[in-house]
Amino acid sequence: MLPSMTSGEKIFQWFAVILVVMMSFAMVYPFIHIASISLSTPAEALRPGIHLFPLEVSFDAYREAMQSNGIWYGFQNTIFRTTVGTALTLIVMSMAAYPLSKKYLPDRSFYMMFIILTMFFSGGLIPTYLLVKGLGLFDSRWVYIVPTLFNTFSLIILRNFFMSIPGELEDSAKMDGANDIRILFSIVIPLSKPILATVGLWSAVMHWNAWFDALIYVQDQTKIVLQVFIRRLVIENQQQELMRIIDQQKSLNAETVKAAVLMVATLPILLVYPFLQKYFIKGILVGSLKG
Amino acid sequence: MKLYYKYRYMFYLLLPAIVWYGIFSYGPLYGIQLAFKDFRIMEGISGSPWIGLDHFRTIFQASNDFPNILKNTIVISFYHIAFGFPAPILLALLFNELRFKLFKRVAQTISYLPHFLSWVVLSGLLIAILSPSSGIVNAIITFFGFEPIYFLGGKQYFRFTLVVSAIWKEIGWGSIIYLAALASVDPHLYESAVVDGAGRWKQMLHITLPMIMPTIAIMFILRIGGILDAGFDQILNLYNPVVFGVADIIDTYIYRVGIGQLQYGITTAIGLFKNVIALALVLGTNYIIKKAGQEGLI
Repeated sequence: MLPSMTSGEKIFQWFAVILVVMMSFAMVYPFIHIASISLSTPAEALRPGIHLFPLEVSFDAYREAMQSNGIWYGFQNTIFRTTVGTALTLIVMSMAAYPLSKKYLPDRSFYMMFIILTMFFSGGLIPTYLLVKGLGLFDSRWVYIVPTLFNTFSLIILRNFFMSIPGELEDSAKMDGANDIRILFSIVIPLSKPILATVGLWSAVMHWNAWFDALIYVQDQTKIVLQVFIRRLVIENQQQELMRIIDQQKSLNAETVKAAVLMVATLPILLVYPFLQKYFIKGILVGSLKG
Repeated sequence: MKLYYKYRYMFYLLLPAIVWYGIFSYGPLYGIQLAFKDFRIMEGISGSPWIGLDHFRTIFQASNDFPNILKNTIVISFYHIAFGFPAPILLALLFNELRFKLFKRVAQTISYLPHFLSWVVLSGLLIAILSPSSGIVNAIITFFGFEPIYFLGGKQYFRFTLVVSAIWKEIGWGSIIYLAALASVDPHLYESAVVDGAGRWKQMLHITLPMIMPTIAIMFILRIGGILDAGFDQILNLYNPVVFGVADIIDTYIYRVGIGQLQYGITTAIGLFKNVIALALVLGTNYIIKKAGQEGLI
């Protein structure tokens, strides 16, 4: 307690703390619940009431979940789109942000308008669907990457950052005979690591969590992403998936397997985001204040 | 043209972006004509015959579904805005009052967590928590002697569940922007207010809120622009045929009937209607806010 607080302020402070603790518990409990269920025996999982710690810990649900083909295809494709998609996005967006950051670019405001205008209208779901179909991207892993290459908000953030890089660095490189492309890749990009980290992380999270494009554009079950697998299992309650998993052990129940699958998909983000949150936060602050 | 040659490398770099936006942002506009055509699969988009405003006539006059989905969209959106818009602001104000730095940081980190997960995963969590048989919420409810509530399986509570769970997901992340605005308020203003004898409440009313009004205004414009969205991701993962009557919104209808039942023409028309209204709303709200003296978005 800081000594400078009056007793009125102290009471208020405790009140605020209690509210925040309650809120934090509400945020965290669902994860504890699912973690607990995933480690429970089937009988335990169905028990009504609060689930904090399973009385008997059982890893059966995880074993069964990991044996299904769907989850491995899901992981493969999700990891593919997260790594390749993010890498390509960073490359092409940097390539575009750089020229747009130069005041001397001919017709620069036209190109900016061309891009920014797209934030205010949309073709709609059906026209976009037909377009993707027409481009032959159905049932291809590239449908996860190509239509999501650019994000206008991130592009603007990148451009603004490039604009803040001192011109002298590039001028001296030009005098040494480097052309624009070399300057971009050897000088500007290495200097932009923090902002690239932010933009890259946003893209990665988007790809990791993406599910709707996989749902409508992909029928081939070997090409679905993790989120779609989870959706099939947990939400659409597709019995075949469940039956295939549960076949061997009759005692295994659907709830524990569903919970295990949810945990498997959530743990990567849970483990990673506390360390990376500063990048995300910086990003939206920079973006919104300049925006 | 000479300039284009001189800066040709720049344009090589810019080219992929222009091509991409051309194809994926402007390209779908070509398909909007389906709103005015009777789509025949065999003829494709260009070969299908024009039927003018027939789809719109059907939607507005003859449809049983459209009035209902429009109503659901607006009502749900209204609830989302009425409760979901102030929530992050209040949380930011609350966080701002905390004096224990470490506690504050940990609480903030926890509050952003649901934002980073997809609605697929969060729905999985929600379905488990809200279960009438094994979920904690109903455990508490039955402990007090009430009947278990079907949050997701009954019409009465579904919208309530939507709004509360959406707040749970976004309140933490949403508070970041407001916290930044709060942090940028000049402390001297507070100091002189204290000297003038202003208590907490007065300080908040006369300093804090007015200073963060510009931020609130911009966030509000953006929010209103999305009024016809109503949370597609969330609803598609949480709804089921039992609650279609109260939860089917424009976007879920377009997905289910358009893609699912291949009724491209009429759902494109609905989509066009939605996008035009949304644009009008953004421009309109922006105009009103500027007239009221705040800085707008555009």
